[in-house]
Amino acid sequence: MKILVPVKRAIDYNVKVRVKADESGVDLTNAKMAINPFCEIAVEEAVRLKEKGVATEIVVVSIGDKSCQEQIRTALALGADRGIQINTDQNLDSLQVAKLLSKVVEEEQPQLVILGKQSIDSDNNQTGQMLAALTGMPQGTFASEVVVDGEKVNVTREIDGGLQTVALSLPAVVTTDLRLNEPRYASLPNIMKAKRKPLDVKAAADFGVSLDSNVKVLKVTPPPQREGGIKVADVAELVDKLKNEAKVIS
Amino acid sequence: MSVLVYAEHDNASLKTETHKLVNAAQKMGGDIHVLVAGEGCQAVAEAAAQIDGVAKVLVADNAAYKHQLAENTADLVVELAADYNHIVAAATTTGKNFMPRVAALLDVAQISDIIGVESEDTFVRPIYAGNAIATVQSSDAKKVITVRAASFDAATTGGSAEVTSLDVVKGSEKSDFVSAELTESERPELTAAEVVISGGRGMQNGDNFKLLEGIADKLGAAIGASRAAVDAGFVPNDMQVGQTGKIVAPQLYIAVGISGAIQHLAGMKDSKVIVAINKDEEAPIFQVADYGLVGDLFDVLPELENSL
Repeated sequence: MKILVPVKRAIDYNVKVRVKADESGVDLTNAKMAINPFCEIAVEEAVRLKEKGVATEIVVVSIGDKSCQEQIRTALALGADRGIQINTDQNLDSLQVAKLLSKVVEEEQPQLVILGKQSIDSDNNQTGQMLAALTGMPQGTFASEVVVDGEKVNVTREIDGGLQTVALSLPAVVTTDLRLNEPRYASLPNIMKAKRKPLDVKAAADFGVSLDSNVKVLKVTPPPQREGGIKVADVAELVDKLKNEAKVIS
Repeated sequence: MSVLVYAEHDNASLKTETHKLVNAAQKMGGDIHVLVAGEGCQAVAEAAAQIDGVAKVLVADNAAYKHQLAENTADLVVELAADYNHIVAAATTTGKNFMPRVAALLDVAQISDIIGVESEDTFVRPIYAGNAIATVQSSDAKKVITVRAASFDAATTGGSAEVTSLDVVKGSEKSDFVSAELTESERPELTAAEVVISGGRGMQNGDNFKLLEGIADKLGAAIGASRAAVDAGFVPNDMQVGQTGKIVAPQLYIAVGISGAIQHLAGMKDSKVIVAINKDEEAPIFQVADYGLVGDLFDVLPELENSL
């Protein structure tokens, strides 16, 4: 079984972002970039399925300019077999990304597509679901467990009230939640090996997909700052403040 | 033209998110129709009909919608979409699951997790874990939108809208419900609670979360957790408050043993009053807390419980 894992280059989760003074966006100059954490979990899950003998090949795909090859190499070092970079300088919305990925699905015919549930930059949480809709595949989002069973995959999903398990017929789309697995660290020999794994570069423009979005960002501003308050000396003072000053308890 | 609001419910009762969605929908303009899709959900439909500002309630009561699977729900909504300019659902795990499917099937973008409505085509949403706020304008013919319910007040009730049954049945053969394991709790839901008390890595283990329970019971609070506490296996993920968990904005938020990573702050910094209890006085949580108490939570919590 072939697994396709789309990954996104995103700001490292430890970096605190700053909004540009002209309100045109977020300043990413010299910011440390990394593979989006949920995408890394997706790669790890695919690798584990391969180690179990369920998957035979893992193809990782990323959309962006040349710099996203770094993240593809990271995925290859974690155990993916080959990479595809869809080259574009344009900032794409989820719908455009999903359309490009649907073309890759058409070409590669994977049985399973595993993606991160959201990227920590745009926080959209859309691409996997959109890809499923465009390809007519069933979806198992926010997965905490993925079990392939013959022609089906059972996906246990993190939902607001607890957990839900669905059975999907393959091919299917799965998006990862935090607790699905804990990604491994790439070993040095594997990082070296990853450099020799195949990585195809394709031009986004060649996919016959319109890359323009109908959503325009008018401005990006810093969030309202919350002023820090006071320190209280003890529990009695805290309870007194909550009752008499903030009036949030009675 | 009208707004279609997808009701948040569990077949038995209507969730307060729906009232907040209606409030957000009112800012978009047009008649508001609420869609209740489920099985045995007539009581939910009747409750939705009482929300002020709702013109009509559409009920799709069928086994196909019992578990609100994304495939069936999205197909149902797409079938109804022709009559609406805006399609709105809560940014809960239900809305997040099926709405992008609706958007893709309609070939439009989705605007996720909005916290403000500027006009019928312009919306405000947090990005980068709430460290930046984007104002975006959509020129799509239909706007598919998920709403961060915590950012809107609930619409009032007292109305009596017309309730219409739909006989549209959409059942995908590719996806089946297997089972659900829902957390049973007498406490309010995290996203609806007026008071939330959350524990972090400082709680040290899952058993120690019992220390929060007595206080939660006295305050009628829901219990949450930081990602660190979830990752450490102390508590289940559905208790997680933060960028990738639940977003809450209660009247009172008590953070216990939580350092205050930006990802956690993203989930609670819109709370009206924030209390932080932490033994590290340098913890970033104190920078957003209205009241900070530096101390060992194992001393503070029992004392707090006794003094409430």
